[in-house]
Amino acid sequence: MNLSPELRSQVMYVDVLIVGAGPAGMAAAIAAREAGVDNLLVLEREQNMGGILRQCIHNGFGLHRFKEELTGPEYAQRDIDKVKELGIEVRTGTTVLSIDEDRFVTAISRDKGVQMFEAGAIILAMGCRERPRGALATPGTRCAGVYSAGTAQKFVNLEGYMPGKRCVILGSGDIGLIMARRMTLQGAKVLACVELMPYSSGLNRNIVQCLQDYDIPLYLSHTVIDIEGKERLSGVTVAQVDANRQPIPGTEKHFDCDTLLLSVGLIPENELTEMAHVEMSALTAGAIVDDSLQTSKEGIFACGNVLHVHDLVDFVSAESFKAGKAAAEYVQGKKRVGKYVNLKDGNGVRGVVPQKLLVPEGEAETVQIMFRPAGVYKNATVRVMDGDREVARLKKLIFTPGEMAELNLKPEVIKGLSGGDVTIQIEQ
Amino acid sequence: MEQQITCINCPVGCRMTVTVEDGKVTNVTGNTCKRGVAYAEQECVAPQRMVTAVITVADRKTPVSVKTRTPIPKVKIFECMKQLANTEVKAPVHMGDVVCANVCGTGVDVIATKTVE
Ligand SMILES: Cc1cc2nc3c(=O)[nH]c(=O)nc-3n(C[C@H](O)[C@H](O)[C@H](O)COP(=O)(O)OP(=O)(O)OC[C@H]3O[C@@H](n4cnc5c(N)ncnc54)[C@H](O)[C@@H]3O)c2cc1C
Ligand code: SF4
Repeated sequence: MNLSPELRSQVMYVDVLIVGAGPAGMAAAIAAREAGVDNLLVLEREQNMGGILRQCIHNGFGLHRFKEELTGPEYAQRDIDKVKELGIEVRTGTTVLSIDEDRFVTAISRDKGVQMFEAGAIILAMGCRERPRGALATPGTRCAGVYSAGTAQKFVNLEGYMPGKRCVILGSGDIGLIMARRMTLQGAKVLACVELMPYSSGLNRNIVQCLQDYDIPLYLSHTVIDIEGKERLSGVTVAQVDANRQPIPGTEKHFDCDTLLLSVGLIPENELTEMAHVEMSALTAGAIVDDSLQTSKEGIFACGNVLHVHDLVDFVSAESFKAGKAAAEYVQGKKRVGKYVNLKDGNGVRGVVPQKLLVPEGEAETVQIMFRPAGVYKNATVRVMDGDREVARLKKLIFTPGEMAELNLKPEVIKGLSGGDVTIQIEQ
Repeated sequence: MEQQITCINCPVGCRMTVTVEDGKVTNVTGNTCKRGVAYAEQECVAPQRMVTAVITVADRKTPVSVKTRTPIPKVKIFECMKQLANTEVKAPVHMGDVVCANVCGTGVDVIATKTVE
């Protein structure tokens, strides 16, 4: 960056700079500090650490990592306590505005104004956001009363304000299901949960405990075809869809309601990643990374929901610990030498992460790969193919798009790779 | 009496038919593994749920999140929510503080899941 000497004197150097203090950013910071990085800084847009977990007041977090079921705020608090105990500097209320490939970063906050940083390494941990209504083809009027499920979750759980009394939910992902129960418990009537696909992407546990417990009907292969209301929503029309997801005439149902919650998917928040010209994956909507979570730009790492949308925060933390450690090793000058191979999506597999794997000259370590099944596969086997040679496999009773699949590649498998592309595929 | 339930212990989601006689599970079909039976024995005889909610903090604009320390009988959920809707706490509240002891006579305390200074 070409700066005048005056401006240059205002640039602060940090060894490892982390964007976002959600579970990903916090875990990365903890791991980097524990790996010996003293000059470490976390920048967080909100006034509080914890990310989206702050509004997820239901329980079910932390079973893998802490072997107990915590609520979102409790899970976040454990990391917040650790970050404080380690004396890691976190600037809250500070939004990162830009990042470039030379790791020059600008940010802004109310009390400090514009700040400039040069970083030895950057860890991107900005999380994801919900798909807004505009991204959907929902027809009808633009009246009040249509919210994303996450926005409603924030209203109810953080601000203590109910968005409505009679509610329909479009989308049966976990956030939609959790909100069906929350609205019911807080006194609203939830009339229906409507899902376009023939299956729900939510956990069975949530279907049972959030819908069935409260007799809320789930309409699979249905969608909202009309939204009515002048200023405030007054009703929605729902219809069944055919195999091409087109509404079937004559199957319409009408619901009088004042609220429609949309729970139709999450998108990684990657504006900053793109500014740094990091190579992106169309399948995950996140950066392309290697097994150390390094992006195509040296010294820039990504982890958590900004990399790919996770179901479980436990896996977000595990991935982010790795990113923090790798960033620390990078600034400490520990070079990784070896040859890269590409990991590719085969039949039935979508969005393998990492997309690149280093076959090191020295000893290899176990590498975990993650992906989403493209459909529901029963009694199926995931096969990892090095050309036409199978190098690893995983058999399971069921693979569903709602549950991220993971598989470990052992050191001896990695050392034995030929160097050509490796394909992950599901066979039934 | 026969009951249809879905096992929630893994993504397979087995649909099970459970026979209950005199408050005891006597037969389970449709399960794939024995975890299904254990689940049916709990769910069809004495179903329990964790309850989480938000309650008002006096003189504050935003509420505090809370949970039952352990699961409570499913039939008590709405009664529990009603009692919590009428409960107000004073700041400071710390994570783990009891905000409502022995909710609805279940023997289970409701505790704060976040800290409000
Ligand atoms: C509405 C919603 C509900 C969810 N419910 C569940 C659930 O019930 N169970 C579950 O296991 N998972 C749930 N998830 C998934 C959950 O988000 C992840 O498990 C986990 O929180 C992801 O952690 P993260 O740190 O990657 O992202 P986040 O928690 O989203 O944290 C990202 C942080 O980065 C900050 N940030 C973003 N951009 C900038 C910037 N430019 N400058 C500075 N800071 C920035 C944000 O303010 C935020 O604090 C939910 C997700 C959403 C969106
Ligand atoms: S019975 Fe076993 S296989 Fe079937 S859903 Fe329950 S835990 Fe899964």
